[in-house]
Amino acid sequence: MQKGRGKLLWQLFRAFFNIGIMTFGGGYAMLPMLEREVVDKHGWSTREQLLSYYAIGQCTPGVIAVNTATFIGYDQAGVLGGVLATVGVITPSLVIILLIATVLAQIAHLPLVASAFAGIRPVVGALIASSVIRLCRTTTRQLWQIALCVAAFVVVALLGQSPVWVVLGAAVLGLLFCGRVVRPEGAQGKEGKA
Amino acid sequence: MTLLTLAWEFFKTGLLATGGGLATLPFLQQMSVSHPEWFSLEMLADMVAVSESTPGPLGVNMATYVGYTVGGVAGALVATFALVLPSILVILIIAAFLKHYMNSPLVQRVFAALRPAVTGLIAAAGYAVIKLAVWQNGALEWRSLALFVLVLAATQWKKLSRLHPIVYIGIGAVAGMALGM
Repeated sequence: MQKGRGKLLWQLFRAFFNIGIMTFGGGYAMLPMLEREVVDKHGWSTREQLLSYYAIGQCTPGVIAVNTATFIGYDQAGVLGGVLATVGVITPSLVIILLIATVLAQIAHLPLVASAFAGIRPVVGALIASSVIRLCRTTTRQLWQIALCVAAFVVVALLGQSPVWVVLGAAVLGLLFCGRVVRPEGAQGKEGKA
Repeated sequence: MTLLTLAWEFFKTGLLATGGGLATLPFLQQMSVSHPEWFSLEMLADMVAVSESTPGPLGVNMATYVGYTVGGVAGALVATFALVLPSILVILIIAAFLKHYMNSPLVQRVFAALRPAVTGLIAAAGYAVIKLAVWQNGALEWRSLALFVLVLAATQWKKLSRLHPIVYIGIGAVAGMALGM
């Protein structure tokens, strides 16, 4: 029994390590890898269950990939399973980013590298803008949602306030005023594409 | 002391950043404002580019990179673990009454309001990055503006919308070097 549990914990770590290393970006990018590891390879859940796990990952605070890993790990092997799956999904990031950051720190002063990053910065701006446009299609369907989105932008971008207050404020507003007007879409896993 | 502050900042980020990918960006941008000695907005934009171009969830990559920039390898570990700690705590807490949580009208209300707000927050962070890239030393940087407009237009064109960000980042790097930006 003990041995079987150790094996399961190792499998959880390995599976989520693979998911971490094959995920570029976030959100939907990880779904195919999740399916392959969690459904096809280990049979830890059905495809439908996986989608609802993924939806839970979206409806809880934090990075979606981490939330999903924690939940599936916990579901399979308790608290330790949740922790190991999470450690698995973040390990590739830690290793790869540390390597790249160390190398980049050595060559950042080269004029050619500086030029490359000067060219990359507007591209990053465009990628963020394109994410925002995509998010708007699912998150700002109603007038009050558009107003909330614009208000969040103004409070942070123009008034220089901390996003912490916007998140807390929006949560409170949602609790107080959303009522039955809102048809929740989150449970269908249609969001968080960015 | 820096590591402790770093842990606290990333714990907050993990707790409050909701949604995928860029959801942590507004919090990182805020860090560059409240801790200017840690990293500049310019450095953050570069870290986003590297994080988008390397394997691993975007939010985790950015935490590792920012943590490394602030406090070396120890900083990277502290920031990354502080980022995921709230996820673990929250999931463990709600796992007991998960069905109830997911179907709770209260939770659905909160998220119905959080999603548009988070979209606005990411837009605000994007605005800061765009301003930084196209507005330099009080003058418009035309080449940056052109690159921004071209890439944004390309991502909106259906045929190219599925293209991976790394392709655009590569194009930006080559353009930057070729134009001597």
